[in-house]
Amino acid sequence: MTDVATDKQLAANPLTENLVELRDVHYSVNGHVIFAGLTLSIQRGRITAIMGPSGTGKTTMLRLITGQIRPDSGTVWVDGRDVNSLSRVELYAMRRRMGMLFQNGALLTDMDVFENVAFPLREHSKLPESLIRHIVLAKLQSVGLRGAAELMPSELSGGMARRVALARAIATDPDMLIYDEPFAGLDPISMGVILRLIRQMNDALGLTSLVVSHDVDEIAQLADISFILAGGKVVASGETKALKNSDVELVRQFMNGLADGPVPFHYPAPDYREHLLADER
Amino acid sequence: MTVLKDLFANIQSFVANVGAVALFFARILSQIPASLSRPRLIVKQIHNAGGLSLIIIMTSALVVGMAMGLQLYDVLERFGSAESLGTGAGLALLKELGPVLTALLFSGRAGTSLTSEIGLMKVTDQLAAMEMMAVDSVRYVIVPRFLGGVIAMPMLTAIFIMISLFGVQLVGVQQLGVDQGTFWSQLRGSVDLDNVREAVVKGFVFGVACTLIAVHEGFRCAPTPEGVGRATTRAVVNSAVLVLILDYMLTAVFF
Repeated sequence: MTDVATDKQLAANPLTENLVELRDVHYSVNGHVIFAGLTLSIQRGRITAIMGPSGTGKTTMLRLITGQIRPDSGTVWVDGRDVNSLSRVELYAMRRRMGMLFQNGALLTDMDVFENVAFPLREHSKLPESLIRHIVLAKLQSVGLRGAAELMPSELSGGMARRVALARAIATDPDMLIYDEPFAGLDPISMGVILRLIRQMNDALGLTSLVVSHDVDEIAQLADISFILAGGKVVASGETKALKNSDVELVRQFMNGLADGPVPFHYPAPDYREHLLADER
Repeated sequence: MTVLKDLFANIQSFVANVGAVALFFARILSQIPASLSRPRLIVKQIHNAGGLSLIIIMTSALVVGMAMGLQLYDVLERFGSAESLGTGAGLALLKELGPVLTALLFSGRAGTSLTSEIGLMKVTDQLAAMEMMAVDSVRYVIVPRFLGGVIAMPMLTAIFIMISLFGVQLVGVQQLGVDQGTFWSQLRGSVDLDNVREAVVKGFVFGVACTLIAVHEGFRCAPTPEGVGRATTRAVVNSAVLVLILDYMLTAVFF
């Protein structure tokens, strides 16, 4: 990509205070509509949460932002560049400035903790071994796991694995960190640790953070701004605490964890009485 | 009509699958030069595919050789030519049994291991994590495993043939009384370089086929436990069928 082309892209996307912009994104899989005109923006330096009931495409949205999949129509801008127009090399250059924490950590199972954190450094730099060692130990120290450097991923608890993955995600000092369900399946202590780390990382390193989760209480403590997705679109956005009192019934149901509402408790079924009295199949 | 429709859908799916494998193969080939800069990864995979298959290959080879010694001796003796045991065993093993049986054993041991390992890496998001770290998962994960399998297969084939010949000799010479000198001189006299070349070429081609199918099935499997299971089964079945088809084609070429 030439400088001229980059300038043109920036001109086409003047909202550069937003690190990520999705505009009128449509995306379907096998005829099943995931997004139908999704538009949202993620501001630099803030913690943005994406929430919504299961199956609303939260993880799919992350895959769109990171260029793992392409939308059927609409545009995805990251740092002033249209992700869909990037070549593989440009896409990799963009991803080097992002760190992603997967739900289960996604540590490479044939390497120990130290090597996992060192992996992106070894792949993308020619730093001397002594410097790599210093960086890796510093990153592990920041997540409290310097002492676990020689453990294998199979020896870590779920919370520890995610902390190691976080150390790996920040190893190359990215501009943006993406968290996919960072609190899922964690005990309260681990959850508190991850919560504190996300906040610390964002503030200390001046990052932009994007958190996908449906843990409402944790997100309320953490996120500066939240978007709630449903039906392929953003149905509500704003400060997380304010969303609890939203006028939108679906948002109220989701934020307050109500069993019944626009998302029904019962899966569609014929009349119960008729069902019971019907002949056995 | 439904039968025709199903047949058309199956043909379409088969052609699409062949196309996907061909594209994947091209992608692997394009990444080989970059992957060669990490010889340690390739050596590790040669050990995984070859070294860890040695026990099963050697044990099977010995048993196959001993059974072959009994069968061949029985047939040859009816024609009064039991001394030709070395010739028959050498040619059968080099031209046919050695490469084919090694490939089938390889796809059962190393191929399934490759498919399930790569599939599990997919299930646990390790491949996606590499892509997110801007590391090409094909270059880092697939190519070393592919090269490891392709390099290991001809070596395993050679070992299989040698151990099998030892098994034939064990039964034919030590047990049934064929003359030792006759056995080895018949073998040396009838086996030429073309037969050895056929074994090496078949070993190499089967190595490419089995390893390509194994890594492709692992790479494209559905990221679920069932998906990995199905992919592993598909890898073994497809490898076996492809090896037998390729064997006929190569035999016709060398005929």
